[in-house]
Amino acid sequence: MTFERWLVLQKLYNDYASSLDDGPLSDWPDFFTEKCLYLIQPRDNYDAGLPMAVVRCESRGMLQDRVNAVQETIMFEPRYLRHHITNIEADDASSDEFQVRANYSVIEVLNDDLPRILSAGRYLDTVVLENGLLRFKEKRVIYDSVLVPNSLIYPL
Amino acid sequence: MGEISSINWPAGDFTRVPYRLYTDADVFEREMERIFQGSTWAYVGLESELAETWDYLTTQIGNRSVVVTRDDKGELHAFANRCAHRGVKVCRQQRGNSRFFICPYHQWSYDAEGRLRGVPFIKGVGGKGGMPDDFSQDDNALPRLKVAARNGVIFASFSEDVEDLEDYLGETNLQYFDRVFDGRGLKVLGYSRQLIPGNWKLMFENIKDPYHASLLHVFLVTFGLFRADQESRVAMDDTGRHALLISRKGEQKVSASISDIKNLKEDLVLADPRLLDPVKEFPDDATVVMQTIWPNLIVQQQSNTLALRQIRPRNAGSFELHWTFFGYEDDSDEMQTRRLRQANLMSSAGFVSADDSEVIKMAQDGVRQYADDAGLLLLDGRGTKDTPHMVTEVALRAFYKHYRKVMGL
Ligand code: FES
Ligand SMILES: [Fe+2]
Repeated sequence: MTFERWLVLQKLYNDYASSLDDGPLSDWPDFFTEKCLYLIQPRDNYDAGLPMAVVRCESRGMLQDRVNAVQETIMFEPRYLRHHITNIEADDASSDEFQVRANYSVIEVLNDDLPRILSAGRYLDTVVLENGLLRFKEKRVIYDSVLVPNSLIYPL
Repeated sequence: MGEISSINWPAGDFTRVPYRLYTDADVFEREMERIFQGSTWAYVGLESELAETWDYLTTQIGNRSVVVTRDDKGELHAFANRCAHRGVKVCRQQRGNSRFFICPYHQWSYDAEGRLRGVPFIKGVGGKGGMPDDFSQDDNALPRLKVAARNGVIFASFSEDVEDLEDYLGETNLQYFDRVFDGRGLKVLGYSRQLIPGNWKLMFENIKDPYHASLLHVFLVTFGLFRADQESRVAMDDTGRHALLISRKGEQKVSASISDIKNLKEDLVLADPRLLDPVKEFPDDATVVMQTIWPNLIVQQQSNTLALRQIRPRNAGSFELHWTFFGYEDDSDEMQTRRLRQANLMSSAGFVSADDSEVIKMAQDGVRQYADDAGLLLLDGRGTKDTPHMVTEVALRAFYKHYRKVMGL
């Protein structure tokens, strides 16, 4: 990976993390192409080749539906999340579509509990250059922490 | 075992539930003994997860780990997952294929029936040490469980004298069990696991409680998937331990009868309607059937998502909810994709189920702090019989009727 690519990806993942952590959540679908695949999948399913994901969005519309559900329909305790994305690696194949993998962990803080790691794992992504902007065409969130502490409300 | 002295519960009353039942360690111990190790059939897995000879899986009945295997004659077995020597959890894998199970500590080995087949240095080394002459491998097999399977679903019991699985389910519950498990091959689509900080009964009760489904689950109500004004009914077995909530899809509209629902989002539309694109797949008209099978299983058919939720209690204040999503071997690719899309409503991140895991935590937070008080189950009176509508807590009262009997409380 060239240093230049590493730098632009660093920026992309930083923006992604701060957008999810500090909002507005309505910006989240803009990180994806119109046709896309966003999956949050426990590692054991991924390793066994089982297709079930706890979140599955196949378009920006479905991402939007998830935003709407979080904002309007799901009942949940208030919480803050902090995404930490590291070890970004990408291939050098082409300049407008490439594969990226990165580690992530997300710290969750609820009102009356100690902070904890909500989820830890990796991103397996396909990033494309679209009208001068880098977007996710595919994002697979594969979590090692298969036993989820209660609920996953916000995107990872 | 601890004595349970602090529960104040008037005899014959199923309309009140002491909060201490959700918090007390002695109650929990008695539940493990009388319910999960008692005369019950606990769900342990699917036959399709053990398709090959020597396939195995580990699961849990109550708070105890159990191994389920298939031998070279195709027979299923289940045994306690703890070494006869020093109690080590012998098998640490969730699933796999192995003819023998070798304890990591001193390498005692067990076969697919849990029989002890090898003890290192049993005769000593160079004439020194070894086991006494009266040591018998046969006497040190891992405790076996009784196993029964019906249409691909495997149950096990710690009790020798548990009734037949079919009698245990009772006529109506068997009929609905066979509706989903109709003999077709099952295809596991994947798993999802949550550790929910609440008492295990709260989960079981949640699925027996249609009152909340039409209020808490704004997503369901908004898209007409489950509504108090829909044609529906609650059916149980003779004991009250199992229950069925059966309902039919309605419209996304407000009617006078449901104007009590504060959160209805009448104008919410899906940006991508493929998310909910249900097709009829069963002979009857029910679009939702939620079945609770005492003591650890929820069979759910919500539109086209089919799932088994296994309750794995850890202690009075927490349980694991273990989801197995499945379809049928003869599903088209389109049907499988539909099931996977609709799974967005379920499990830890589900548009519907996350409401439940969140509210169960809140319930535990409340009852823990006010353990001397009791909850109310008065909706639709005091009865415990089947009901032709959903505005009722009848299945919870029936559940506690059975619970009190088994627990001697
Ligand atoms: S504890 Fe299992 S062999 Fe010793
Ligand atoms: Fe619910």
